[in-house]
Amino acid sequence: MFDTLSDRLQAALSDVRSRGTLSEDDVAKAMRAIRLALLEADVNFQVVKRFTAQVKERAQGAEVLGALNPGQQVVKLVDEELTTLMGGAGRDLVFASRPPTVVLMAGLQGSGKTTACAKLARHLREEHGKNVALAACDVYRPAAVDQLVRVGAQAGATVYEQGTDRDPVDIAEWALGRARSEGRDVLIVDTSGRLHVDEALMAELARIKKGTKPHNVLLVVDAMTGQDAVGVAQAFAQTADFDGVILSKLDGDARGGAALSVKAVTGKPILYASTGEKLDAFERFHPDRMAQRILGMGDVLTLVEKAERQFDEGRAEELERKIRRQEFTFDDFLEQLKQLRGMGPLGSLLKMIPGMGQQLNGIDIDDRELDRVQAIITSMTPEERANPSLLNGSRRRRVARGSGTNVQAVNQLVKQFGQMQKMMRQLSSGRMPSLGQLTGR
Amino acid sequence: MARTWPELFLTDSEAPAPESAEPESGRRSGFFVRLRENLAKSRQALGAELQATVFQSLDEESWERLEEMLIYADVGASTTARIVERLETEADAGELAGGPDLTRRLKELLADAVRAEPDTIDLRHSPTVILMVGVNGTGKTTTIGKMAWHLQRELGRSVLLAAGDTFRAAAVEQLVAWGERAGCDVVRAAPGSDPGAVAYDAVAAARARGHDVVICDTAGRLHTQSHLMEELAKVRRVIAKQIPDAPHETLLTIDATTGQNGLRQALLFREAVDVSGIVLTKLDGTAKGGIALAIAQELGLPVKLIGVGEALEDLRPFDPDDFASALLEA
Repeated sequence: MFDTLSDRLQAALSDVRSRGTLSEDDVAKAMRAIRLALLEADVNFQVVKRFTAQVKERAQGAEVLGALNPGQQVVKLVDEELTTLMGGAGRDLVFASRPPTVVLMAGLQGSGKTTACAKLARHLREEHGKNVALAACDVYRPAAVDQLVRVGAQAGATVYEQGTDRDPVDIAEWALGRARSEGRDVLIVDTSGRLHVDEALMAELARIKKGTKPHNVLLVVDAMTGQDAVGVAQAFAQTADFDGVILSKLDGDARGGAALSVKAVTGKPILYASTGEKLDAFERFHPDRMAQRILGMGDVLTLVEKAERQFDEGRAEELERKIRRQEFTFDDFLEQLKQLRGMGPLGSLLKMIPGMGQQLNGIDIDDRELDRVQAIITSMTPEERANPSLLNGSRRRRVARGSGTNVQAVNQLVKQFGQMQKMMRQLSSGRMPSLGQLTGR
Repeated sequence: MARTWPELFLTDSEAPAPESAEPESGRRSGFFVRLRENLAKSRQALGAELQATVFQSLDEESWERLEEMLIYADVGASTTARIVERLETEADAGELAGGPDLTRRLKELLADAVRAEPDTIDLRHSPTVILMVGVNGTGKTTTIGKMAWHLQRELGRSVLLAAGDTFRAAAVEQLVAWGERAGCDVVRAAPGSDPGAVAYDAVAAARARGHDVVICDTAGRLHTQSHLMEELAKVRRVIAKQIPDAPHETLLTIDATTGQNGLRQALLFREAVDVSGIVLTKLDGTAKGGIALAIAQELGLPVKLIGVGEALEDLRPFDPDDFASALLEA
């Protein structure tokens, strides 16, 4: 199986290079590959049709002709077109000139509204310094109000709730009144999940909108949604005329073609992406990266940013100095390990590297191995960490017992650490070790 | 004919007299009316039109239209290609004459593709332990509530629920609310406590108190989070410590709106906890849940139940023929 569009196109156009130009047949082959890749990424088939027609037109033009690597050229073309389609003029949340700014959240059941409410609240508080309140208007799902109260508290937002006996429209209006009198900057209105074909509930949503006059209506869309995304988005656009989308559960392995479909059909931008279980796993949406994800091209930019957030500049310099002076100890190693793991599970990090996605297929990256390494190091005394040569047999047995591992595991780690120190010496002396050495295989 | 509850749930005895006094026939038609209403909300109007036009003529265009219909139902490109190719071969060989014949055969092929064994749920263990797993927001807790209601109220089984979602805020309260509606007890623990311990306690309690069925809820998790999948595998192992062949049934909820990622979900959940069946939820919208077909084809996992609404009675045994028909009623 070809995992990425890039691979598929390379294969489809493999014989082109020898001829140097794209024939009509080549273009057709390429378009089939693109069509299949997009459909497998859950891009709506109407959107796929329109999109391939557009790409075809450009592919037949002069741009591809004479190119050294036609496959890559077509990929680049598709990437460009996708980015244009996904992005356009990026819109931000609109803040009212007279607070509170009202944000109304809507979506299907289970799309992740309540979690998104709390994440957005946290984001606005931390990144924009806003005083945020939440309105609990999901009176239908059992315990939904309780859930919002709890995650709201975690996010540092006030939650306005009146239980489940009142009409959600009344609750929303009452909450807005309180947000005004209490001088909140932002009021986020959580609503219950509803099917876009449920006329009664859609009418209720329209009434909540009328009653609160939100400055932003956001639709929460599950990144794993299939072809139905378009119908859903159209129906919500009609009833609630939403301004933008929050894409939820993007930390999974879904390609997220739904994002593209929604944008293409409704023209509404995707503002935020929700990327994990924790409240801070919430970020601005980047159309260009999404385009590459849909094509299976990895996400190097996100990886770089994650790394930047984790690694402290000062510490990095300190580390570099240590490596140069060959003073790298187990303590430094432990710190490195913790920073690395702060970026997320190893498997998901590696998948962001282009080409790795395919290589990792079926390979299980076991984060517990790192747990064991951490346990072993923390079972050493400070002296041992600074000077591993102290670790004689009896000390190693103690470390093994302390970390719940065995002596072999300790031996292996100490040996690998020794190799690593050696490699670092080579690095600092300007020689590049091979990848095999780095991974110890 | 739609499949019935007695065909889904294997029991030793005839179903005990249900608590409600409503006559069997009346309730049965009530189910049908409800299912029709739910399924029809947006489909019916378009259904007749498309059925008629798929096979007006046997040209390239009608094959393409058929492909599009299946793709639109989230069946996926490769499964679609396989089924259409098969039908095309049979048509070319002259085995099928005319539109109605083709439509009938297509439905057959689709129903066969989604059919997998065993598609029953064996309740002949005492207690029978059912473990519910799935991605966040796919409808685990709601499904448990509805299933508990059905088992308790309709089949007269005594059900115990285990509130194993100790992670998500207020998930326990949500299950307790369902438990109240269904009239069954809920074993719960403090938020953040070990989900395996909750399941263990619930199974132990069911054995001690003589409950017939234990249904264990778990926290929603993305199939890509390996540590959370490992946690789930542990819940399974812990249950087996109480009863060696339990859980007897491990059901994975898949949201019908899910696209091709559903296949990955099924694959990875099966690897972690040996899933025995699928519950296809939220079929009352416009989504067709065609990914179930790909899952049955690729992994041989049967769909056992479908969710068609938010009310207690909106859970139904899965019927491959009905499902196939619904796929074509765009």
